[in-house]
Amino acid sequence: MLHQFFGGVHPAGHKELTEGKAAAPIKEAPAQVVIPMSMHVGAPCKPTVAVGDQVKVGQLIGETAGLGAPIHASVSGTVKAVEPRLTAGGSPVMSVVIENDFKDTPAPSIKRRDNVGALTGAQIIEIVRDAGIVGMGGAGFPTHVKLSGAVGKVDTLIINAAECEPYITADHRLMLERGEAIIGGAKLLAKAVGLKEATIGVELNKPDAIEHLKSLAGEGIHVEGLKTRYPQGAEKQLIQMLTGRQVPPGKLPADVQCLVCNAATAAAVYDAVTEGKPLTQRYVTLTGGAISEPMNVIAPIGTPVSHLIKLAGGFKSEPERILFGGPMMGIAIYDVDVPTMKGTNCVLSLSAEEAPVQDPAQTCIRCGKCVEVCPMKLTPLFIRMNVNKRRWDETMALNVLDCIECGSCNYICPARLPLVQSFRTAKAAIRAEQAKEKAKKEAAKA
Amino acid sequence: MNEYKDLRLTVASSPHANSPVGTRALMLDVLLALMPALAMAGYFFGPRALVLTLVSVVGCEVFEWLYRFLMKKPQTAGDLTAAVTGMLLAFVCPVTLPYWAVLIGDFFAIVVVKQLFGGLGKNFLNPALAGRAFLLLSYLGYMTTWVKPGVNNWTGVAGVADAVTAATPLAALHTGSLPSVSMQNLFIGNVGGCIGEVSALALILGGVYLVLRGVIHIRIPAAYLGTVALLTLIFPKGNDPVQWTLCNLFSGGLMLGAFFMATDYVTSPCTPVGEWIYGVGCGLLTVFIRYFGGFPEGVSYAILLMNVCAPIIEKYTHPGRFGVQKGGAKA
Repeated sequence: MLHQFFGGVHPAGHKELTEGKAAAPIKEAPAQVVIPMSMHVGAPCKPTVAVGDQVKVGQLIGETAGLGAPIHASVSGTVKAVEPRLTAGGSPVMSVVIENDFKDTPAPSIKRRDNVGALTGAQIIEIVRDAGIVGMGGAGFPTHVKLSGAVGKVDTLIINAAECEPYITADHRLMLERGEAIIGGAKLLAKAVGLKEATIGVELNKPDAIEHLKSLAGEGIHVEGLKTRYPQGAEKQLIQMLTGRQVPPGKLPADVQCLVCNAATAAAVYDAVTEGKPLTQRYVTLTGGAISEPMNVIAPIGTPVSHLIKLAGGFKSEPERILFGGPMMGIAIYDVDVPTMKGTNCVLSLSAEEAPVQDPAQTCIRCGKCVEVCPMKLTPLFIRMNVNKRRWDETMALNVLDCIECGSCNYICPARLPLVQSFRTAKAAIRAEQAKEKAKKEAAKA
Repeated sequence: MNEYKDLRLTVASSPHANSPVGTRALMLDVLLALMPALAMAGYFFGPRALVLTLVSVVGCEVFEWLYRFLMKKPQTAGDLTAAVTGMLLAFVCPVTLPYWAVLIGDFFAIVVVKQLFGGLGKNFLNPALAGRAFLLLSYLGYMTTWVKPGVNNWTGVAGVADAVTAATPLAALHTGSLPSVSMQNLFIGNVGGCIGEVSALALILGGVYLVLRGVIHIRIPAAYLGTVALLTLIFPKGNDPVQWTLCNLFSGGLMLGAFFMATDYVTSPCTPVGEWIYGVGCGLLTVFIRYFGGFPEGVSYAILLMNVCAPIIEKYTHPGRFGVQKGGAKA
């Protein structure tokens, strides 16, 4: 029985650009990969290799220091540099730069496992950790941490294959081409946290994927078609849709007995457990109106965006914005040399027609559409009013911290007001103030 | 190694997509939705109805443009909100109103009610209705002269003074009796009244269009019309309840008010629950004024009064918090 989530919008899908195109390993490997030591929520990894070292595919090159997931070489070759490099986030991050020898020599540690059925939950989580798997839908939370926290607490495992962002078809292709890996991964994830079942949520705009997964599903795997609506794939909304439960403010899915993993994450778990392969490559959609040949590729993590764009035939028109992710939540990059990361599902090059610059002089007409579409039941127009006056306490009272930044309000706004940007401003200000207060309290204690 | 170095990329906060429907497109839809009513007005009251509406629309746009220009503020005349105000103001005036008078109303609506309070989105009264209230207080005679509808009266209306006048259905309702016109004429608008308010049929068509296009939500009109229907059905003043209810629904400015005036974005609550309360309030006040007031019509004052209440309604009808109400802990 399906439930409903609040609000939501229907942005134009544009998935036809790539949904019919099978993903292939990139035709030409990059001469160099740049692997940032921070591709996850938590502390950056410590590089375990030095300049001049020879590395093999899947070899550990970054070990966790606190919360995080280890990082592995995605090509074989020579470490050319260990230095801060610019990443999509806009700031330099310590990175390992590897010159590709184009031999793709696998690390000796990569071995097929024959005793998969005999593995215990704890062993699966251990393998997931060692494989450096993080949430591949973009959030980048270390999967083993999520799993450890869920053991014994959750009664529902949800595989997020909604892929509600426009343009992106990486998960869609993954479902069609590696359906058995997603289902196998779902079964392993379920076992890891002591469950017997998993539900895969897919939006109905991918009927072929739903049918394919259903034909493979087997016992304990339910495939649910979800009426297409953005932000279906937001964790809290997907949980609400499939279980009717609402994750309370500031809480985690585990607090409503749910565990949500992305479809690509499930496939990565399957590869790690059965093939012994760490996370070193992923499906990436290269698309947008400015790209000559939109396509899906399987690319080594750390491939520079410029290399991928070249493979996709370059630009057919001047791109206005290049995004990591989709148009609703994607991050705009300003340098095409930044590398893809574990959470990069799409490189989207929007033309000027697709992302026109909006007239900043427009004003709120109080139409209330932002209130109507907000999946978190916020009142965006009132929050924005208070942000403009720098009234942080009022924005907090209006629960701005609940905002998931899905962009629905911003999308629907007829005056095209930068609502999400103002909420980010408020969140940052509130968190800075909270940190200041905490420091003050600690100072008083000392 | 990089051929893409001289790209000029825009870096901005997400989202990077906007709905194709902007303010101007919404206003165009409202203007379009008013066309059936305008056509009926042209048919019943003749060319003067169309000219007066045009004068009012142009008047509002010019006042808007001029004010923004003189005050050196960003130009907003292109968003067409002033055109909607002009059209609605003409719609709530009698067809014989002098052109200069409607322009005074336009000035009051656009400059005093809207721009002096900060322009679009800041006014707390519906400009068109405030303009009408101003005209009614200033030029009671002009504002309460009702002509007989029909082609025979067209030339009379054009000459204003020669127009054959007629009582409006509201006048009959005000005395507690059913109007003498047939229900059919009342529904299609073959009755005396303001330019754009007579044809319930045309207004419902326009209203349904707006709801289907997602420009307005059904909540306010449904609550408004529902409240009026319920009250008049329960208190028919000794008439046949169904007849009395239908006459009340199709007479005067109710349909225009419910679909086009009360739903004004700026002056109605932004919260879904607030919209229901606001609609019910409009309905209650309309019936109270019609039943107990000095004027036969209560729609414009009812909506203006509820405009003033909108902020407080809004304040107490914020949607609940996600994950806090029932269902929050466990389903």
